[in-house]
Amino acid sequence: MFAIVGTVPEQDFPLVCGQARVSEQNLFIDNHCVAVNRGTPALLATAAKACAFFGADPPMAYLAGDIGRGGGSRKVYAYLEQSLGQCRYESITFHYIQPDVDWHNRVLFAVENMHPRPVLIADAGFMYAAKMSGQAAAYDVFTPDMGELAFLADPEAPHPFYTRGFIFHEPYRAKELIASAYAHRNASRYLLVKGKTDIAADENGILDTVSQPVVPAMEAIGGTGDIITGLIAAFTGLGKDPLTACIQASAVSRLAGKLANPDPGTRVMDIIEQIPAALKRFFEEK
Amino acid sequence: MGLLSFFRKENKQPPVSLRDRGILVFENTSEVIGAENVLKKGGWRIRVMGPPPEIRTGCDLVIEFPLVSELEIVRTLEEAEITPLQVVAVSDGLLEPVNVFFTTDYGEFVMVQAANMKITVDKRDLTVVNISGGGCPDVPYLAAQMVGRRLDQAPEPRSIGHTLCGYALQLAFEEITRKCLP
Repeated sequence: MFAIVGTVPEQDFPLVCGQARVSEQNLFIDNHCVAVNRGTPALLATAAKACAFFGADPPMAYLAGDIGRGGGSRKVYAYLEQSLGQCRYESITFHYIQPDVDWHNRVLFAVENMHPRPVLIADAGFMYAAKMSGQAAAYDVFTPDMGELAFLADPEAPHPFYTRGFIFHEPYRAKELIASAYAHRNASRYLLVKGKTDIAADENGILDTVSQPVVPAMEAIGGTGDIITGLIAAFTGLGKDPLTACIQASAVSRLAGKLANPDPGTRVMDIIEQIPAALKRFFEEK
Repeated sequence: MGLLSFFRKENKQPPVSLRDRGILVFENTSEVIGAENVLKKGGWRIRVMGPPPEIRTGCDLVIEFPLVSELEIVRTLEEAEITPLQVVAVSDGLLEPVNVFFTTDYGEFVMVQAANMKITVDKRDLTVVNISGGGCPDVPYLAAQMVGRRLDQAPEPRSIGHTLCGYALQLAFEEITRKCLP
């Protein structure tokens, strides 16, 4: 069993904790229905599709409605602080949630009470909070894009919006930025840097890259990064080591993108629908 | 035993960081007080503080606030007709927002990136077809409100967004509007 933590872009969506399933174009947690457009619902839908493919239990979702004011995020933080110590998960993935360093630290304290300690994955707002807290090294995987990598590499940047020297179209700087992120202890055990070429790295530098198949339109489609993180969540939740999970997630998401044959106007759910076929093709080829 | 377990034994409270805080600088002290009243009434976690030397501009007080909520806080103050002179990050008074745009032409579609946010428009009918990037919770909300609408009919991110990601999307929105609309 593994958990995914995030928010739903609806003001009045309540705090919910339950197993997530996909039906048609929607995500269901208990009796709550969520449209899968992008963000945490896209991540959860991807993970649920992968679980169904492998015949595994669906992911446990911790969600609340938040449109950016932070109230829903604080409900999630508070619930995690109280409940995680009694839970047992193979992995926990933290996602779209209002960055708040103090609340982040409380949740990380709660994780320290979990036995065995789960694999910790952070993306989006929670990754921002993890970096700002100075506790990045407590995580197993961060999944930044190139811009967010520049943010991790800058010891002073409080948010990607303020990153100094942020040059997002220069992927050749990845090696330098990865080194800086680790030098300042702002990186997790592994990084999966999402881009035209996905890069897996650790404190020793670049470990592996995935660049095929190339699907240029995916950069414009909101939620494609969430697909990669959702697959990492599922793979680590099913017992794969974090590095293998990163590499395989990158390859499978690219395959799903190719199968969907998208243009820049394609919705992410059209790619998520291809996850089972991509998993089948990837593991058959292996 | 992890480092955090050790830390917890030594300190009852988790470590406090200022790296996610920003500073609002005002013309005079009465504006600071007025802003403090407005923001505290709105339930914001703010503090009135002395400013760091590099941003002293004549007022001896500033308001420290959660940086991620910059967009909503500034809008709240503007609605109360209290406009800050400056908004800066606590960690470095010289930090500047990202101000470089990057455009990708996909033929029938065009994408503009500002900081960590991207917006894509169908050039044929000027419909917003995708919004990607970012990490704050208003990004999926902004996408839900804007995607599928024409550029000139979509709500501006600054009118419904709340965070720095929302502010970055506003910059990208303005740039793609400048490129696509006469």
